[in-house]
Amino acid sequence: MKCNACGEREGVVSLTQIVEGDVRTVSLCAQCAAEKGIETGLGLSETPLGGFLAALGESADPDAPLSAALEAGCPSCGATLRDFRETGRVGCAECYRAFDAPLRELLRRLHGSTHHTGMRYTGTDLPRATATPDGGARELRDQLRRAIESEQFELAAELRDRLRERE
Amino acid sequence: MIDLSLLPDGGMAWLEASGPGSHLVVSTRVRLARNLDRHRFITRTDPAEREAILAEVEAAASDTGGLGRAVRFRIDRLELVDRQLLHERHLVSRELAAPETGSRVRPGAGLLVQDRASVMVNEEDHLRLQALRSGFALEATWGQVATLDTELGQRLAFAFHPEFGYLTSCPTNVGTGLRASVLVHLPGLVLTKEINKILQGLTQVGLTFRGLYGEGSEVVGNLFQLSNQTTLGQTERELLDHLGKLVRQVMEYEERARQILLRDATAILEDKVWRAFGLLRYARTLSFEETMNLLSGVRLGVGLGLIPNVGMYTLNKLLVFTQPAHLAAAQGRGLADEEVPVRRAAYVRQMLEAEVGRRGSSADLPPTQG
Repeated sequence: MKCNACGEREGVVSLTQIVEGDVRTVSLCAQCAAEKGIETGLGLSETPLGGFLAALGESADPDAPLSAALEAGCPSCGATLRDFRETGRVGCAECYRAFDAPLRELLRRLHGSTHHTGMRYTGTDLPRATATPDGGARELRDQLRRAIESEQFELAAELRDRLRERE
Repeated sequence: MIDLSLLPDGGMAWLEASGPGSHLVVSTRVRLARNLDRHRFITRTDPAEREAILAEVEAAASDTGGLGRAVRFRIDRLELVDRQLLHERHLVSRELAAPETGSRVRPGAGLLVQDRASVMVNEEDHLRLQALRSGFALEATWGQVATLDTELGQRLAFAFHPEFGYLTSCPTNVGTGLRASVLVHLPGLVLTKEINKILQGLTQVGLTFRGLYGEGSEVVGNLFQLSNQTTLGQTERELLDHLGKLVRQVMEYEERARQILLRDATAILEDKVWRAFGLLRYARTLSFEETMNLLSGVRLGVGLGLIPNVGMYTLNKLLVFTQPAHLAAAQGRGLADEEVPVRRAAYVRQMLEAEVGRRGSSADLPPTQG
């Protein structure tokens, strides 16, 4: 959305205003927002997640091996804290173990707690698709149906042959 | 164009205005974020892995009661206008639909819909389970999603941490993965200028508000989507009860504000709602924002019994059907930018005319008073 003030640059901050009883949301670019004295911070540092992500790159102690910590990869997916800082997204389930301390701190700031008290996942209690007695024929049939639906006929022919071998 | 008639109700049962409190609440949505334990989360996946995720989810879903008969959409293979259509209908999020011209849809993006429940696949999380119902219906909506979660969780290994709970791509959703939201119409609080105070109060007690289209969307037509802010540290039941309690309170405040307006500013209020009706009934061009604001006025008038013979269902349908992709679909072709406000006004006129014709000709006339 374009900035409502200058109409040229992309809006980076949206403001909800109430004018004569009507709720209006206006979008402003960083420059126009600054002119109006509105702190954008690009919307980041005002939120716990944004503030935390920004702080990940700063260190009070210049000798601290923080940049090394930022580059250490998750053993499972290879994502680093630097990746997390850039995207705000975690790479995989294992990341929550690999980066336990900073993520635990973040969860505490975001939610006021690190302890899940809700429903507990008890795991799958049905055999996985690959371990079905028919040796995955059902999955193959599903793939075949999808291949036909999406008109991938070469793939469909291959899947049909594999199914025949199995049956 | 995609054939949305594949969905028995077009995926729009949430517009029915049949649920509890429909004069104030448009709809209730509950979603659960889930990820598969053996796959990387979405920012680390390549197209092949997302294909595998989609295949696993579809295979598991085909075996469930909640999604066994689901209509499936490959969002990544749909034209822009079709993705916009699904987004306007609230069936897919902005992130999955990529509804802006020129934006790229993520390969592997999928959607399964059955009745009022659906699963978005390869959204920010591998699975976003959700149910959407008409009116203020947290219990029923939650029940439907919870059942689906159990069914899918028996067939797919979800990522779960003994202390943190369900793990999600963004730490803001960790724990329960639950976001419940209620889309509520609050013109009384806006007109009495109470709304800011109330919204501020809500954010201090763990709620957040958004516009008609969720995260990042603007508040239009005095429609506020109220939802829980945090997902960890409280049970699903506690989160839902807390939201429910506060929404009921907001509804009471809204009712009170409407009664005050009716008592102290009768003429102004009547003028406002009838002007809104008149403009919608006869205008020749309408912008989306103007339409939303006028619909808000008419909705208020209908809710207070000032405007007879117009149904909430029609007003709800207008929220969706006056949007660009729906207007284009109604014409069976793409519309030039300058055509859209004209088609929108024509569509609104036609709908209101049919409504008045169906319900009796008195809708055009205010009830005689004094």
